[in-house]
Amino acid sequence: MTEPLLRLDDVRATLRLRGGEQTLLDGVSLTIGEGESLGLVGESGSGKSLTTRAITRMLDPAFRVTGEIAFDGASVLSMNPAALRRYRSRDVGMIFQDPRAHVNPVHRVGDFLTESLVRDRGVDRREAERRAVVLLDEVGVRNPEQRLRQYPHELSGGLLQRVMIASVLLAEPRLILADEPTTALDVTAQSDVMAILEEQRRARGLALLFITHDLELAAACCDRLAVMYAGQIVEQGEHVYEAPSHPYTIELLGARPSIDERVDRLPVLRYDRATHELLKAEAS
Amino acid sequence: MNRTHPVERTGASGGDPIVVARGLRKVFPGPVKDDPVIAVDDVSFELYPNECLAIVGESGSGKTTVARMLVGLETVTEGELSVRGESRAKGVKHLADRRRWAREVQYVFQDPYSSLNGRQRVGEIVATSVALHAGRGATRTEARGRAREILDSVGLGERFVDKFPHQLSGGQRQRVAIARALAADPAVIVLDEAVAALDVSIQAQILNLLADIRAEREVSYLFISHDLAVVNQISDRMIVMEQGRVVDRGRTAELLADPVHPYTRSLRAAVPRPGWKPVRRERLAVQATA
Repeated sequence: MTEPLLRLDDVRATLRLRGGEQTLLDGVSLTIGEGESLGLVGESGSGKSLTTRAITRMLDPAFRVTGEIAFDGASVLSMNPAALRRYRSRDVGMIFQDPRAHVNPVHRVGDFLTESLVRDRGVDRREAERRAVVLLDEVGVRNPEQRLRQYPHELSGGLLQRVMIASVLLAEPRLILADEPTTALDVTAQSDVMAILEEQRRARGLALLFITHDLELAAACCDRLAVMYAGQIVEQGEHVYEAPSHPYTIELLGARPSIDERVDRLPVLRYDRATHELLKAEAS
Repeated sequence: MNRTHPVERTGASGGDPIVVARGLRKVFPGPVKDDPVIAVDDVSFELYPNECLAIVGESGSGKTTVARMLVGLETVTEGELSVRGESRAKGVKHLADRRRWAREVQYVFQDPYSSLNGRQRVGEIVATSVALHAGRGATRTEARGRAREILDSVGLGERFVDKFPHQLSGGQRQRVAIARALAADPAVIVLDEAVAALDVSIQAQILNLLADIRAEREVSYLFISHDLAVVNQISDRMIVMEQGRVVDRGRTAELLADPVHPYTRSLRAAVPRPGWKPVRRERLAVQATA
C-alpha cells in the first residue's frame, strides 16, 4: 500500500490544567489520499477544529500532542522550523469560517492575493497579478481586475470567501483544510462556494479535509466521511450518511429537521458522554 | 405560474390578526449622500393568534428589519404596522406605552451570548422581566417564584436559577432568552434566527420546546430564518423576502413541496439533502426555472 498524502495515527492532544489533565483529542486516526476529500463532521466541542490545528501544528503550546501526523511520509510533529514553514505555506492551504477575520482589512484584495507569491516565491508582481486575475475569474468573481483594487469590506461574505479560495489555490497546495467555510453563508452562497471549491479541487487533483457540522453537506461534497464525538472518530467510511452504523451518527441524522416532511416532534439525542464511555468500555 | 396564495386564516383560534403590516417600507441613509438603501419595500402580511409565520430570505433581504420595526428597534419610514389594531408606525412617546408594547411582542435574538446581561443571575434575568410586566401587583418574592416556574417550563430546573449566563451552554442560554420572553406573557414572540447558531442536537430540543410552548398557551411566533428545513418543521405559513420585497407567500408545507416562484425554487434547490450536489449560483437559477 502506498503512503497516503496525510496520515493521522492515534493522535492525542492533552491539555494540562491545574486540576489535572484533559484529553481533547483522544486517539484520532485518519488518512487522506492524493486528490481525495474527507468530511470531518461533528458538533461544537467534538474536536474537529482541534484536529485541523494539530495537522498544521498550530495548537496552543499548552497541549501535549502524541501519536503520528505524517504528510507525504514526513513527520509533521518532528519538522524543524524551516520545514514547518514550508509545509504550512506550500503544502497546506487553509480556508476558514469567517474570511473577514483572516484578511488584513487595510490591504487591498490584490495585495492579499499576490503577497506570498511575490515575497516568498520570487514571482514578478505583474505575473502574480495576472495569475490572481485568472484565478478570481475561475472561482466566479466578476470584474477581477477591479476587485484587486478593492478592500475586503467592499466585498460580500460569499465574494470574500471566493477570494480566500483563490488565494489558497494560488499557493498551489496539495491539501486544503476547510474549516466550516460556508457556515456563515446563505444556502445559495453555500452551494456556490462548495461547487467552486469542488470544481477547482478536482481539476487540480487536490486533497481536501472538509470540517463541518452539517452531515448532509459533507455527504454531498466528500468521498468519505468521519464523524467525531468527544475527541474521537466514532465512525468513518464512504457510506456513513446512507448507512450510518454508530448510534451517535444515527441519532444526529434523525435530529435534523427535513425540508420534505414535518414530524410531530424531532427526536432528541439520547447519546451523551455516559453512553459514549459505556460503548468505549464495551468495545475494548 | 401565477398561482395565487389567498390570505388564509390558519391560527388555531382564528379571529382577527394580531399583527398587520401594510405597505411597510424602511429606508436607511446610504453610505453615499442621496443614495439611500431601501431595506424593506412594500411589505404586507398579517400574523394571526396562535400561529407561526416564518419570514424567509437571505442575508440582506430585510427580514430582520421588519421584525425590528415591529418591536420598535427601528422606526417605520412608510406604511402601516399595527398590533391588535394599535398603530406602531409612529413610534412610542411614553415609557408606559413602550412597556405595553413589550408586553405584547417579545424578541429572542440569534446570539444567546450577547443578548443576556452577563452580570445578572438567570433567575434575576427572568424575575426582572416578570416584575416589569406584572404591574404593581407582584412582590419581589412573587416575581422570583414566577420566574422559577417559567424557567422550569423551559427545562431549566432549580439548579440553574443562581447561575450566570457564562456558566451555561448556548442551548441553555437560548432557553433563558425564551423564558425571559415568556415572562412578559406576550401575544407574539419574534424569534430572529433563534436556533441558527445552535448545534443540531440542541436545535432539535429548542424547536420541540417552541412547539410545546405553543401547545400550552396562546402565543404567535414570527419566525425569522434562512433555514428552510427548520422553517418547514415549525411554521404554518411563510413569506419569502428578496431584496426588501415579499416575492412569495403561502402555507409552508405547500410552498416547499411545490415552489413556483423562481427565487423560492432556487432557495429550495440550494438546501443539501440526499442525492444533492452543490451547484454554482448561475446554474442554481437555471435549475430553478427549468
